[in-house]
Amino acid sequence: MIVRFFHRMASPMHFYRIAGLFVPWLGVLSAALLLAGLYGGLVLAPTDYQQGESYRIIFIHVPAAWMSLFIYVVMAAGGLISLVWRIKLAEVIAISSAPIGASFTFLALVTGSLWGKPMWGTWWVWDARLTSELILLFLYLGVIALYGAIEDKRVAARAVAILALVGVVNIPIIHYSVEWWNTLHQPATITKFDKPSIHLSMLVPLLLMALAFKLYYATVVLMRARCEVLERERNSRWVQSLVEPAAR
Amino acid sequence: MSTLSLSSAFVLLLRRDLVLAYRRRAELMNPLLFFVLVTSLFPLGIGNDPKLIQAVGSGVIWVAALLAALLSLDSMFRSDFDDGSLEQFMLSAHPVSILVLAKVLAHWLVTGLPLLLVAPLLGVLLALPGDAIGVLMLTLILGTPVLSLIGAVGVALTVGLRRGGVILSLLVLPLYVPVLIFGADAMETAAAGIPATAQLSFLGALLALSLALAPMATAASLRVSLS
Repeated sequence: MIVRFFHRMASPMHFYRIAGLFVPWLGVLSAALLLAGLYGGLVLAPTDYQQGESYRIIFIHVPAAWMSLFIYVVMAAGGLISLVWRIKLAEVIAISSAPIGASFTFLALVTGSLWGKPMWGTWWVWDARLTSELILLFLYLGVIALYGAIEDKRVAARAVAILALVGVVNIPIIHYSVEWWNTLHQPATITKFDKPSIHLSMLVPLLLMALAFKLYYATVVLMRARCEVLERERNSRWVQSLVEPAAR
Repeated sequence: MSTLSLSSAFVLLLRRDLVLAYRRRAELMNPLLFFVLVTSLFPLGIGNDPKLIQAVGSGVIWVAALLAALLSLDSMFRSDFDDGSLEQFMLSAHPVSILVLAKVLAHWLVTGLPLLLVAPLLGVLLALPGDAIGVLMLTLILGTPVLSLIGAVGVALTVGLRRGGVILSLLVLPLYVPVLIFGADAMETAAAGIPATAQLSFLGALLALSLALAPMATAASLRVSLS
């Protein structure tokens, strides 16, 4: 029963229809949360006594950094599912996630650098988190480049699945080795934003933003996956019957 | 057809690859020359101040080793892919990951191990203290097999591509970061007169982990590339 449910859901035609129903709702919900989070973060939350107003970039930066890791894990999980159970849809989700994850990683890097200018006095510091985020960006770009380079997209998706799995094993190793390297090379003079002691008036907008970013990701990944499904199934009858009436 | 035990298949494949490499021994020198050349370019770029050279020496040697390893990776499966013997390995009754291990071992013996021979010379060129040169050898012994093992996954993924070289570096170099960090850091620690056992242990752990996981990932990648 459950297996049948999954097979039905994972059939491209079904997915295309269901995802199409979900996308507008997710998008609206994400936009609403985004507005609420931004209002709470930029207007309602008090000014930080140490960092002044410039701390407010964390309402973008921290959720983006969370998403960058989250999406990589989703990608690797999709890769695992596609390799083990040969569910095509998992491949599609994994592939569609890569550019979004890379964008979030890039956003986290840019906002981190913008925050670093008033805090550290420079745009870029070889700080452990920034550095591992940079390497994460390279990992994403590798995935995207590999997918682009292999012409047969079925083969490409499987190659990417393996690469994502190798990457997900390596990410903790890279992260902790970078942290080790950082503590040795650079004395910890930087006062970081202390997460556990965050005030509720800052925490609530932060969590709202995180939720908004998650829903945004869900919206966009479904949109991308729908496109990808159409492209892959372009020779099947249901896609042709979907496209033909509009063309005539 | 006679059946072949796994261990003798491993040895045969290892010997075959070593013989093939020996027949083309002119090519063997290239990564080595590259290693020396890149390392000797750095003093030309940053100036001949001995203090400065000493300060960046361990990092420079390891970055050069990384690039030399990257450069030599392409030959790991290329000729076997071109002449079809890779497909025969896939069809054999033995687990592909073990056969892959034999190929990686052969590749390391002809490209990774020679780096050890010139490394002390480079250590002297970059004014590293004696202790650091000993540690350099140790880090290279532990680190270069990791480079070959991780690199094998990347090569296996890109072997079917016409211009896989650039993508290969994009795939593999980020994964080399931990080796670079621990390798260079061990040497710096040793140069400061502190025992570098912690970093060496980490390199050993990386070697054990990649030895266990990389051949499987490589075998899976080869299956994808050959499909």
